[in-house]
Amino acid sequence: MSAPALPAADARSAAPRSPAARPRRIKVAHPRAIAIFIVPFAVLFTLFYLIPIGYAIYQSLLVVERDGTFGKATQVFGGLTQYIAVFQNGPFWESIGRVLAFGVVQVPVMLGLALLFALLLDSPLLRGKRFFRLAFFVPYAVPGVIAAIMWGFLYSPNLSPFTALTSNVSFLSADLVLWAIANVVTWVYVGYNMLIIYSALLAIPTEIYEAARLDGAGQLRIAWSIKIPLIMPAIVLTGIFSIIGTLQLLAEPQVFRTFSSAVTSTFTPNLMVYSTSSIPNVSLAAAFSVVLALATFVLSFSFLKFTQRKEGK
Amino acid sequence: MSALTETPAATRAAKRARNNNPAPKVAKESPLSRIGAMTVMLVFTLYFLIPIWWLFIAGTKSSTQFTNTNPLWFADFNLFANIGNLVAYRDGVFLKWMLNSALYAGAGALLATLFAAMCGYALAKYRFPGRELLFNIVLGGVLVPATALALPLFLIFSQVSLTNTFWAVFLPSLVSPFGVYLTRIFAAASVPDELIEAARLDGAGEVRTFFTVSVKLMFPALVTVFLFQFVAIWNNFFLPLIMLRDETLFPVTLGLYAWNSQVNQIPELRGYVLIGALLSIVPLIILFLLLQRFWRNGLGAGSVK
Repeated sequence: MSAPALPAADARSAAPRSPAARPRRIKVAHPRAIAIFIVPFAVLFTLFYLIPIGYAIYQSLLVVERDGTFGKATQVFGGLTQYIAVFQNGPFWESIGRVLAFGVVQVPVMLGLALLFALLLDSPLLRGKRFFRLAFFVPYAVPGVIAAIMWGFLYSPNLSPFTALTSNVSFLSADLVLWAIANVVTWVYVGYNMLIIYSALLAIPTEIYEAARLDGAGQLRIAWSIKIPLIMPAIVLTGIFSIIGTLQLLAEPQVFRTFSSAVTSTFTPNLMVYSTSSIPNVSLAAAFSVVLALATFVLSFSFLKFTQRKEGK
Repeated sequence: MSALTETPAATRAAKRARNNNPAPKVAKESPLSRIGAMTVMLVFTLYFLIPIWWLFIAGTKSSTQFTNTNPLWFADFNLFANIGNLVAYRDGVFLKWMLNSALYAGAGALLATLFAAMCGYALAKYRFPGRELLFNIVLGGVLVPATALALPLFLIFSQVSLTNTFWAVFLPSLVSPFGVYLTRIFAAASVPDELIEAARLDGAGEVRTFFTVSVKLMFPALVTVFLFQFVAIWNNFFLPLIMLRDETLFPVTLGLYAWNSQVNQIPELRGYVLIGALLSIVPLIILFLLLQRFWRNGLGAGSVK
């Protein structure tokens, strides 16, 4: 998450450290209370996070062997066989390329819009701010599946209220369907990201702007030189959430399969995990999952590090 | 702006400064930039609201009027008849789905918030060996996408014969690493050590202090964690998709998805999907309206220095 906030939290909680603290074991005060507080979460986290991750890795190391073509199937240790299969799997890398292209376009557009709206809401230029804030946030109340179903109807030439547009532009064709989905995702999440950025803007004390105002800086200048640098942590946070979301695309393309034959069962990496596990080849699907989770982790982590380094300069 | 926002003192002070202390307007905003800003916002208001308006209109129409009347304006107002038909369809399975979603998301988010808050609070307020390690593992958990866990969870649950049960979807939703992260920051900032010390002197136990004193101070963060988790469970698709076969266990998203995939064989379902989609949005909008002031406070807590 937003690592810039972490040192602050640590500094606060570690503040009362006594200078006499020696390297030898400190006596823990209130061990029973600490256990009561921590154990429920720790148990659930272990059961539903750590064990599944471990199990996915274990499963991805197995292969199925059969006695003859129709013989009994047994799972045996196969080393990195499944990972080799993943790396040789063309459709998987195509699907990764597809979501990366999607993310490179959709994430900046979405966050750019969210930033623009948040800055406008925070500026003295607007009237009816409450209304806009609410109106832009409403789509977030629509679950991805429902939003995809709704937009699927809106894109369909014979059902759409915009027939003049949809009869000329085929949003559900192979060329455009990815961007049709990008529009759905943008529609749902812009308001959410806007609110995160906006609440960061509200936390800036207004005195900071006064000097700039006296110097004759306009709203644009204040936004660019003062506000944006100060809310960088919030923008980074929304960026990481968006990267994770992009690589995990599933519900929207899955729904669009019913509207468009251009969306195949290998359209996004997660669709591939799903279709591979229902073939079923769970070991290969597990290997897909592991690679995908790692890719997500590495991408969002390096994005975090990258933006932190830039800030540090 | 809303008068019912911002509890953290810093934000409140900022707001006061903003409202009661009209800064010397040296750089006056030009009418042109005002008009430009309003135009941008109005155009995007249409973008965000027209699809929902269309869905609402579609919900008020009979199936014949759906195709041969203006899609963005009312014909005969059949909304309640449509809702009645939907609710009666297949012995009210739609209501069952809504109830399931409410249960998965409501009870799930409530418990997840409690567990995350206790853990985050302990991480913020007590010193014990392995504290930082635990926190870092949890933090790593924030970056692990929930969809990546769905398949291994399915494999594990199928070994203990828990797939296609209520618990298969409910139990995993009780974990919120982000909740631990957020409540830790918030507890460190808003629950003074002196207050805990005072409660100790009064003879209150640690657990009792948490539930009577600290929870109140952490309330904005708790509402935020609850909402985050509620939305995440309500919107969750992959986990129920692979876990559940029995229609009566479906959350509303999966149920409508299933109907929508059968529209080609059973055309009457189209109307039910539309009105069902409309109804499925209502609970979240109500929840947001009820809790929005807390929600906005907490949102920033994780991201602002």
